[in-house]
Amino acid sequence: MKEIVISGIGQTAAGEQWEISLRDLAYQAIKQALDDSGGLKPQALFVGNMLSLNLSNQAHLGGLLADYAGLTGIEAVTLEAAGASGGAALRQGYLAIASGLVDTALVVGVEKFTDKIGTDVEAALASGMDSDYEAMQGLTPVAQAAFLMQRYIYEYKVPADGFAGFALTAHANGAGNKFAMYQKAIKPETYARAEKVCDPLNLFDAAPLADGAAALILTRRDLIPQKYSHPLISIAGMGSSTDTLALHDRQDLLSFQAAKIATTQALKRAGISPEQIDLFEYHDAFSIYAALSLEAAGFAKRGLGWQLAADGSIGLKGKIPCATMGGLKARGFTGGASGIYQAIEAALQLRGSAGRNQVENPQHALIQSLGGPASTAVSFVLKKTS
Amino acid sequence: MEIARHWRLKQQRYGLVGEVCPHCDYKIFPPRDICPNCGNEARTQYTFSGKGEIFSYTTIYEAPTGYDSNAPYTVAIVKLTEGPMITAQLTDLGEQPVEIGMPVEMVTRKIRNDGDERGVIVYGYKFRPVMGA
Repeated sequence: MKEIVISGIGQTAAGEQWEISLRDLAYQAIKQALDDSGGLKPQALFVGNMLSLNLSNQAHLGGLLADYAGLTGIEAVTLEAAGASGGAALRQGYLAIASGLVDTALVVGVEKFTDKIGTDVEAALASGMDSDYEAMQGLTPVAQAAFLMQRYIYEYKVPADGFAGFALTAHANGAGNKFAMYQKAIKPETYARAEKVCDPLNLFDAAPLADGAAALILTRRDLIPQKYSHPLISIAGMGSSTDTLALHDRQDLLSFQAAKIATTQALKRAGISPEQIDLFEYHDAFSIYAALSLEAAGFAKRGLGWQLAADGSIGLKGKIPCATMGGLKARGFTGGASGIYQAIEAALQLRGSAGRNQVENPQHALIQSLGGPASTAVSFVLKKTS
Repeated sequence: MEIARHWRLKQQRYGLVGEVCPHCDYKIFPPRDICPNCGNEARTQYTFSGKGEIFSYTTIYEAPTGYDSNAPYTVAIVKLTEGPMITAQLTDLGEQPVEIGMPVEMVTRKIRNDGDERGVIVYGYKFRPVMGA
């Protein structure tokens, strides 16, 4: 198969962007990605979005965003898989090129949380769970994560500050990312003092909701323009899998099976082992997700994922740097844009353009894009190609 | 208003009616066409006892629309005696602290308002501590 590369990247700042609409936010990222790619013209647009129908009363983003990006006429559709929508859109872009039917694809993830506030946002987020049997009981995604965290602490005897390392690492890294919602490191005391949002989960165990858009240009390696100036980043492997939508329907709640399957597939296709991964962009919508993702990816044994955060292994100079530009926790949870932000952050690292957050000479990066508690998982291995 | 939807789920909401797989005897809640244990078709009705124990729990302070007037409320994953797990609110707790493994039983309670003042009031299952346990 032809090598497929990420030739352009673009992202907006993540945060509360009251003054910018969904379509304009998406276009800002698209324009940057097109400029960054050195003049490639996409024939297809794949949009990753989670909740525009609920939050902005806007469906049909393919047509809208193609139109407002001046690309009317190209193929354009939305992919939705809750928080994994971005990963799903990226995978679709890859598949379109791999099929031979598309030469260059534009993938954009966009989410606009701030068009609604309070209980309406909670209701929209709850729509990604089992509506009849979870959301109907008044459950929220935060509470779902709290179920996992409560049980994890119970089974593995995790100390009260056992998860602090995830937030501390994310915020330390967010300080070096000008696109991050929070660009300030936090202290252990700050974590310890934080109010409980859904016991035992505190404010710093949950990523903040953020508006944001991120875009990628994918193309075949042989179509890269002569004057292209960046190191080339290829998609060396990917995988995708599902688990039960309702958390209570799982035989084993404390194992992210879909993430495990998707990541195993991605590593196998890339022909590498977990030890060859130089950085990991996990889906830390909640710190318990980060712990379970580390275990699913094979970086930690069952019940020990939290220790990698506690002992510093996930830091920029650690054994397996994670959330290197702040992750969802500090950059912000940008809904269906999250998977694209993750890919961009990994690409910046592999290009050697991560500034003060640069991991030393990385060759392979792993991304896990999750929908809900890994009800959908899409994984990618990105590789710096010579 | 989602009247048809609530009406359609009345057996599950009021009676914990699920299924038992005729092929492997696996107890299933909520009902579904394919047995999650053996993969064969499952359509034999089975009514659960409503007894179970807490598998995990938390308290919700920031609730979705329709539930916010009831916040804060405690939710749990309950492992039913017959096997399956179910997500539900806990009720009638009083001062009793909730803990993993605590025995609970199903009761019928008001769940939410469906939108506006003319919408249906949705009733369904919640779980309470087993009396005298």
